[in-house]
Amino acid sequence: MDLKEKLLSSYLVFEDRVDIDSYVHNLRNDAIKIFEEKGFPTKKEEAWKYTSLNKILKEDYSVFPKQENTIEYSDVKKYFIHDIDSFKIVFIDGKYSSHLSQTTHDGMDICLMSSALSKPKYRLVIENYFNKAATQDSLPSLNTAFSSEGAYIHIPKNKLVEKPIQIIYFSTGNESANMLQPRNLIVVDENSHVQIIERHQSLNSNPVLTNSVTEIFTNKRAIVDYYKIQNDSLNASLIDNTFIQQKQESVASVHTFSFGGKLVRNNLNFYQNGERIDSTLKGVTIIGNNQHVDHNTLVHHIEPNCESHQDYKGIFDENSTGVFNGKIIVEKEAQKTNAFQANNNILISDKATINTKPQLEIFADDVKCSHGCTIGQLDESALFYMQSRGIPKKEAKALLMYAFSNNVLNSVKIPEMKQRITKIIANKLGVNIGFDL
Amino acid sequence: MLKINNLHASVDDKSILKGINLEIKPGEVHAIMGPNGSGKSTLASVISGKEDYEVTKGNIIFEGEDIEDLAAEERAHKGIFLSFQYPIEIPGVSVTNFIKTAINETRKAKGLEDMPAKDMLKLIRDKADLLEIDRKFLSRSLNEGFSGGEKKRNEIFQMAMLDPKLSILDETDSGLDIDALRIVANGVNKLKSKDNAVLVITHYQRLLDYIVPDFVHVLYNGKIVKSGTKELAHELEEKGYDWIKEEVNA
Repeated sequence: MDLKEKLLSSYLVFEDRVDIDSYVHNLRNDAIKIFEEKGFPTKKEEAWKYTSLNKILKEDYSVFPKQENTIEYSDVKKYFIHDIDSFKIVFIDGKYSSHLSQTTHDGMDICLMSSALSKPKYRLVIENYFNKAATQDSLPSLNTAFSSEGAYIHIPKNKLVEKPIQIIYFSTGNESANMLQPRNLIVVDENSHVQIIERHQSLNSNPVLTNSVTEIFTNKRAIVDYYKIQNDSLNASLIDNTFIQQKQESVASVHTFSFGGKLVRNNLNFYQNGERIDSTLKGVTIIGNNQHVDHNTLVHHIEPNCESHQDYKGIFDENSTGVFNGKIIVEKEAQKTNAFQANNNILISDKATINTKPQLEIFADDVKCSHGCTIGQLDESALFYMQSRGIPKKEAKALLMYAFSNNVLNSVKIPEMKQRITKIIANKLGVNIGFDL
Repeated sequence: MLKINNLHASVDDKSILKGINLEIKPGEVHAIMGPNGSGKSTLASVISGKEDYEVTKGNIIFEGEDIEDLAAEERAHKGIFLSFQYPIEIPGVSVTNFIKTAINETRKAKGLEDMPAKDMLKLIRDKADLLEIDRKFLSRSLNEGFSGGEKKRNEIFQMAMLDPKLSILDETDSGLDIDALRIVANGVNKLKSKDNAVLVITHYQRLLDYIVPDFVHVLYNGKIVKSGTKELAHELEEKGYDWIKEEVNA
C-alpha cells in the first residue's frame, strides 16, 4: 500500500477518535477529498519542479504514534533557547507534553489546538480563522484532514507578550518511522506584539516526515516576529506550510534558519489585506551531505502602500541542493508597493546545486520592485588576505560564510536566539570562533 | 631574519622571479623598487605564502627555517606581515572583530589562550590612538567603502596589532595623497624597532622620503639588478628606470 492509500484508509480510523459533528470536521472531510483527488505533488508541477518527494514518500510511516512517549527535559534542553524565560508548547510524537510545556490563559491563550478545537469558548476564533489562510493545495489539505493537535495562540488586542513563545515538536523515533501533521493557529489582535520560535527535532535516526501547517493572522497594527530553526537529523524531512494574513499597518517577519534535515520544503505565503503593511521574509541555509532545502515564497500585494523585504542566503556544500522560488504578485490596486527580493548563494563544492527563480507578476504601474540573485564561490583573494593575518583557511572560510549571512542574522530581535544561531553555524562549519560580529 | 637564496617562482608556468638573493637583518629597512611588471608584488606574495605561486628553485629562510611548506597563516604566526596593495573588502566583518580573530588565532597557534577581552580592548585603543584612527572607524565593515587612505591606515593598524617581525609593505603609497602618505609612514616609523624589519615595495621614491631605507634594491625582469643606499632611490626618481634597463641589457 503506498502512502497515499495508507493515509486515506487511516482517515477512517482517525474519524473514530475525533468529534465528527464539529465545525472543523466538515473542513477535514472536504480536505481529505482534495488530497485524494490531487495526491502528493510531483515534479511535473511547476512549483515542485526541483523538489521530488518520491524518496521520502517510500518509507513505511506510521500515521498515528502507537504509544505515549516521554522524554526528560535534561535530555532535550539543548533544543530550547533555554537561557531566556519563555512560554513553551511542546509535543512528543505529535502528542502534547504537559511537563515540558509552559502555557497560559492569563489575559491571552497560549495553549493547545486540541483544546481550542473541543471547547466552546474558542469556537468563535476557530470559526473565524481556522483554515481561512491555508490554501487548498494537496499538502495543506492533507494536514487539515488530520488536524487535531498543535499550538493555539490568541493574543487579544493591546498586549505586548513579554516572553517569546517556543513551539517544539520532538520526534522520539521509538517507532520505525513517523508521519506528523502538526497544526498551528496564531491570531494576534490589534496593536499586539508577539515573538515565536518554532522547531522540529528528531531525537534519533529513524525517518520522520512532518507536514505542518501554520496559519498566522496579524490584525491591525499587530507585530509578529517568527523564527524557524530547521536543524534536524539527516533522516528527518519537513514540509512547512505557513500562511500569513496581514491586516493594515501590521508588521510580520519570518526568519528561517535551515541547517539540517534530509529534505526541507518551506512554503511561505504572505497575503497583504490592508494598507501600509510590512512583510519580511529572510533565511539562511547552510547544508551539505545530500541535503535538500527548498524555499518557495509568495508575497501577495493586494492593497496600496505596502512593503515586502525578502533576503535569502544559501551556502551549499558536498552534494546538497538548494531551491529558491520567490513569487511576488502586485495587484492592480496595490499602487506604491515597495517589494524587494534578494537571493544570494555560495556553492562550496562542484557537486552542489542551486536552482533560483524569481517570479514577479506586477499589474500595478506605480511600484518599486527589485529582485536579484547571485551564485558564486568564496572569494579566494579574501581568503588569502585573512590567512596573511594569521586566520587559518578553515576559519577564514567560516568567517566569510558567517559574514555572508550576517544581514539576515542582524534582524533577529531576540539576542539569545541570535547567539544560538551563531553557535549552530560555528558547529556546522566545524570551527570554534566567536563570531560576535 | 630573512634570507632569500636564488629564488625562482612562477605562476601558471610563467616564470616571474628568476633568481632573487636578499638578506634582511633585524632593525633594517629595505626598499625594493622597479618598473611595472618587474616582479615586485610577486616577491611579496611569495614571501607571504600565496598559493597561486610556485617556487621552482631556491628557498626562503625566515628566522633560520625554510618556510616553503608553510601555509600563509603559519607564516603570519611566525611574524611575517603583508600590507596589501589593494586591501580586500569584507562586508559583514568589523575591523575590530577581524583583528580580534586574527590575534586569537595567532595565539591559538602558539598554544596560548584567547586574549582577555579587556586587554584586547586596551590594545586596540592604544594602537588606534598611536595611528590617529577614529574609534568609530573600528566598528565599520572591514575595508568596505573605505577611502584609499583609510584602507592603508587600516593595514598599518593591523600591523601594529599583530606586531610582526617582518613587515612587507606592498605599494603602500599607491592611491594616497600626501597627507595620508605622511600619516601612514609615521605609523610605520613609530612601529619600527631594533628587533623588527621592514621591506618596502614601491614604484616611486616619494614614500622613501618618509620611511627612510637602509638599503635600496632594484628589481628588473625577476632579478635584483642593483643594490645601494637611499641615494639610489633618488637617482631612480631623477633618471627613471631606463638607464637600469640599458645597463642590464648591455
